Amino acid sequence: MSAPNRNRLTSGGLIDREKPLGFRFDGTAYRGYEGDTLASALLANGVRLVGRSFKYHRPRGIVAAGAEEPNALVELRTGARREPNSRATVTELYDGLEATSQNRWPSLAVDALSVNRFLSPFLGAGFYYKTFMWPAAFWEKLYEPIIRRAAGLGRAAEEADPDHYEKATAFCDLLVIGAGPAGLMAALAAARSGARVILADEDFLPGGGLNAEAGDIGRQPAPAFAAAIAAELMNLPNVRVMRRTSVFGVYDSGTYGALERVSDHLPVPAPFQPRQRLWRLIARRAVLAAGATERPIVFGGNDRPGVMLAGAVGSYVQRHAALPGQKIALFANNDGAWRDMLAAHAAGASVETILDVRAEVAPDLVAAARAEGIRVLTGAQVIATQGKTLTGFTVATASGTERIAADTLAVSGGWSPALHLTCHHGGKPRWDEAIAAFVPGTCPPGLTVAGAAKGIFGLGACLKDGAAIGAEAAGALGFAVPALDVPEVADAPFALAPFWHVEGSKGAAFVDLQNDVTAKDVGIAHKEGFRSVELLKRYTTLGMATDQGRTSNVTGLAIMASLTGASIPETGTTIFRPPYTPVSLGALAGHHRGKDFRPVRLTPTHEWARAQGAVFIETGAWLRAQYFPRKGETDWLETVSREVTAVRSSVGLIDVSTFGKIDLQGADVGAFLDRVYINGFAALAVGKARYGVMLREDGMVMDDGTTARLAPEHYVMTTTTANAAKVFQHLEFCLQVLWPELDVALSSVSEQWAQIAIAGPRARDVLARVADGDVSNAALPFMGAIEGTVMGGVKARLFRLSFSGELGYEIAVPARQGAALASALMQAGEEFGITPYGIEALGVMRIEKGHVSGNELSGQTTAGDLGFGRMASTKKDYIGRVMAARPGLTDPERPCFVGFKPVDPSRRLRAGAHFLNLGATPDMANDQGYMTSVAYSPHLRHWIGLGLIKRGPERLGERVRAYDPVRGEEIEVEICAPGFIDPEGVRLRG
Amino acid sequence: MRIPCPYCGERDAHEFAYLGDATVTRPDPAAADAAQAFHDYVYLRDNPAGAHQEWWYHANGCRQWLRVARDTRTHAIAAATSARVSGEPA
Repeated sequence: MSAPNRNRLTSGGLIDREKPLGFRFDGTAYRGYEGDTLASALLANGVRLVGRSFKYHRPRGIVAAGAEEPNALVELRTGARREPNSRATVTELYDGLEATSQNRWPSLAVDALSVNRFLSPFLGAGFYYKTFMWPAAFWEKLYEPIIRRAAGLGRAAEEADPDHYEKATAFCDLLVIGAGPAGLMAALAAARSGARVILADEDFLPGGGLNAEAGDIGRQPAPAFAAAIAAELMNLPNVRVMRRTSVFGVYDSGTYGALERVSDHLPVPAPFQPRQRLWRLIARRAVLAAGATERPIVFGGNDRPGVMLAGAVGSYVQRHAALPGQKIALFANNDGAWRDMLAAHAAGASVETILDVRAEVAPDLVAAARAEGIRVLTGAQVIATQGKTLTGFTVATASGTERIAADTLAVSGGWSPALHLTCHHGGKPRWDEAIAAFVPGTCPPGLTVAGAAKGIFGLGACLKDGAAIGAEAAGALGFAVPALDVPEVADAPFALAPFWHVEGSKGAAFVDLQNDVTAKDVGIAHKEGFRSVELLKRYTTLGMATDQGRTSNVTGLAIMASLTGASIPETGTTIFRPPYTPVSLGALAGHHRGKDFRPVRLTPTHEWARAQGAVFIETGAWLRAQYFPRKGETDWLETVSREVTAVRSSVGLIDVSTFGKIDLQGADVGAFLDRVYINGFAALAVGKARYGVMLREDGMVMDDGTTARLAPEHYVMTTTTANAAKVFQHLEFCLQVLWPELDVALSSVSEQWAQIAIAGPRARDVLARVADGDVSNAALPFMGAIEGTVMGGVKARLFRLSFSGELGYEIAVPARQGAALASALMQAGEEFGITPYGIEALGVMRIEKGHVSGNELSGQTTAGDLGFGRMASTKKDYIGRVMAARPGLTDPERPCFVGFKPVDPSRRLRAGAHFLNLGATPDMANDQGYMTSVAYSPHLRHWIGLGLIKRGPERLGERVRAYDPVRGEEIEVEICAPGFIDPEGVRLRG
Repeated sequence: MRIPCPYCGERDAHEFAYLGDATVTRPDPAAADAAQAFHDYVYLRDNPAGAHQEWWYHANGCRQWLRVARDTRTHAIAAATSARVSGEPA
C-alpha cells in the first residue's frame, strides 16, 4: 500500500481511519479510507489533475462534491466491467478500485491533443453547424473521424456486461426524496404517524448537508444528529430507507423511477445480487428534499485544477477530513460561503485569503476572518489564474491588480435549488429575486418540496420546514401526526449580491466545464441570434451531458440576459426532463437481455421432441420442433421430404398445442359465433367441428380456425398460434362491449390442453390403439368432435380434422399428459413406422393441400381474396360484413388466392416474387400480385407455390413471370388451383 | 400511469391493453346508411386534448374491458368502470 495521505487531517470527518482501502488511479497505488469517495481520496492524496476536457483537452480537476460534478469523470473498473464517465465525486471508494482518467493521450500529464486549444476558434459555439461544411464528402471521411477522436469522453466496455440488473416495485404512503436535514425531518414526522414511508437518498451515508456541517444540532454534532434519525427510521417497520438510490423521474399517478446502486461500491456484486436495481416507487404523496447546488462565478482561467466550489471545499474538509490544498482562497458573492470557509479553517484547512465582489460585507464576518489572520479583500474580482494546476491568481480591486499565491480557489456564486423533479410534468420554475435563483413552480400532483430544494437555505429553517411538510403530507393522507420536537438552530441572515461573470478577465472563461462552453461562446450565440434559452442550449451545447448543466445553466442564461438587456425571469430557463442523473441502459433493460429478452414458451412435448432429435425454431413466443433429422440426412430438405412422405404413405404426428384454444359456454354461444365468424355456427351439431373465418370490423380477415360443439351449450374454438391472444381479446370485446346481453362465458384454455395431431392413411389404426372408445368412421366421421378417454382413462377430446389433407385427428389431453400421449402414439404406431414431423413438414403439406396460413392471413386480404367468398353467410350480420362490401374490397381486379407451379419443373420458386404478365415491363403499374408461400413438394417432385394474383381463379392454366429482383431471379410459372394433392378430399374422408 | 380497475384495484398501465375511443358505438348494420355509418365508426376519431373516454382491457388481470375517463393532457384518470355497466363513468 502507498504512503499515508499527505492532505488528510489527523482527526475529524466521517471516515474510518481503522479501515484503509487501497485503490489505483492511472496505475498508481493510493490509500483511502472507508467513508471516502474516489474524489475525496484523490484530494487527500494530493491528486489534483484528474481529466482532460471534452473539446479542448484542457487539464481539469475536481470541482464539486456531488452529482453536479462536471469535470472529474473517470473510467471505473476494467475489461467487461469498464464503465466510462463515472463521477468520481459520487463513486464510493472500495478496496481494489481501479480508475483511469479519460480523454487524454498518451497520458494525463502530457496530452498530445491539447493542441485542440489552439483550434478553439474553430470549435466554438455552433461549430457543428458551420465548420467543416465544405466539401460535403469530407465530412464523413475526414472531419467527423478527427473530431470524434479528439472530442468525447470515456470508452464503453467492449465486452458484454457480465453483471445482471433487476427491476422492482414498492409502494408507500409517502416517498421522501433526499435524506438531508429537510428530508430526514419530513420522513421522521410521517414515520411517527404510522404512515408507510420510503426515504431514498443517492448517497451511501444519509444526512446530506448535515454530514458536512460543522456546527452542533441540539447537543450533538450535526452528522451524529443525522445518524440518530436515520437509525430510528431504519428501525421502524413502516419505513424503508433506500441508500445509494437516486430518484430520477416523476411519472404518472404517483409513480417515481429510482435507481438503486446495489453493488457499485463493491469490486463485483455479491452472489445472486444485481449490480443495480431499477425501482418503480408508487407513492400516494412525495416530498422532494433534494437540497441545492452551488454555482460558480465565471472568470478567465476558472477551469484550472484547484478552482472548486466553496461548498465542495467545505464538504471535503468536514466530511472526509481531506484538504483540497494547502493555501486556500475564497472568491464569493455571499455570506454563506464565508461561513463555510471559516468553518473549514477552524477544522484545520489553511484559508489565507477571502475575496468578495461586494464592497460591503457583514462586519462580523470580516472581523471573524481577520481574527484568524485571513486577508480580506472586498469589491474584488478574480481576473486571471496561473499554473498548470493552480499556483495563484490575479485579483482586481478598486486600488489596482495584484497576484496572490494559492493552490485552491474556492468559488461561490450562490445556490440553486435542485428542483429538477418538479419540472417533470411540465412545471416551470419561478425566479426568486431574494435568493437570485429559480425556485419550484407548479409541481406534479402529490409532490411537495421542502427545505433548500424550494429555496430555504438556513439549516434551522430546513429542519422546521421538513418536519412541517412531512406532517402535512401524512396528515393529508389521514394519519394522526404526533408533534415533532424540532431542534432550534439559529440561522444567520441570507446575504448575496447576484454576480455571474467577471467581464474583461483574461483567458478562456468557462460557463459549462463539461462541454467546454465559454462566456465568449454565449456571446457568439447572442451575436448570431440564438438568444432563447432553448436555442442557446442547443447551439452551444451548454447544459448537456452527464451533469445536465447543474453548475452552468443559471450562469449561462444570466450572461445571456445581460447581453440582451432582459431580466433573468424574462430570459427564462430550460425545462428539466427525466432522468435527473444518468441511468444505465442495463438497468432499464433489467433481465430482458439476449435470450431472456422475452420468455420462451415450450410445448408439453418439448422434452419428448428433444429426445427424438428435434431441431427447434422460435415461432412467436413458442419454441417448436422444426424437423427431426436422422443420421445420414444431409440437409433439412431431405429430412422434411422424408417426414412428408411418411405422413402421406403411412402416419406421422406433430404437437399442435400452440394453437389458441378458447372454451365457450352459455346459451347464446351459437348466436355469438354467428356474429364473429363469416359462416354460420348456430346450426352446428353437437359432436361436430367446423372451419371458420373471422374478420376485423374493417372487412379484412383476422384469423381462422375450427370450432367444435362438445355439448349443447359448450364449444371449443381454436385460433392460429400467432393470433391466440389477439382473438381472445377481440372476443371479450365483442362480448363485454358490443353484446353484453348474450349469455356467453369465455376462458382461454390454451395452456391447459396439450394437442397432438396424427395424420396419414394409418392414423385411425394408431388412434384406435390409444383411444379407449370407438373411433371408427361411423363413430368419429370427418369433422367429428367427441369427448372421451385415451391411454386407459385419461380425459381426452378427439377431433377429426386435417391440415395436411390426409386422414387426420387431433387428440387433446390435459397438458401434463401431453408427453405421455406422444410416447403412447409412437408406441402404437411403431408397426406403421410412425414418424414425428415438425412445422416445416406441416407447412409443406398445407401448401400441397392449398390451405391458407399466416403468410396469406396478412391483414391485407379479404375473405374473397382467399377464396372464402362463398363461405360468407348472407343470412346474418357478422363483424366486418358491412365494411367488406366496400367497392375497394369487392373489386374483381383484386389479387386472389391460387396455386403456382414452375413451367420448368427443375426451377425453384421464391416467396415474395411478384407476378408480371409475359412481356410486361417490370414496374408497379404492371404488378399482378405476389407469391405468398412456396415449398418443395416431395409428392409432385417439384416446387409449388401459393400466391395472390389479379383475377386469379379466372386465369387457371395461364403462364406469368415470377419476378424476384431481390434475388435476381425470374422464372415462368403456371397458374393452377391451390390444391396440389387430392383436391376432391377423398383421403381425409376415408 | 395507474388505472383503478373496479375488480382488481389500482394497477399499473402495463397490465392493460389499450384500444382507444370509447365514445363511438357500433352502428346498426341493418340501417339504410350502414355503409357510411360503419366507415365513420371504424375510421373517424376525435383527438381531444383533455377529458376522453377510452377502452382499456385488463389483459394481465381480470380480462375485463374497462371504460376509462382519462385526461389526455395530464394522464389523470377520473374513473374506470366495467364495460358491461352502461353509461359513462363519473
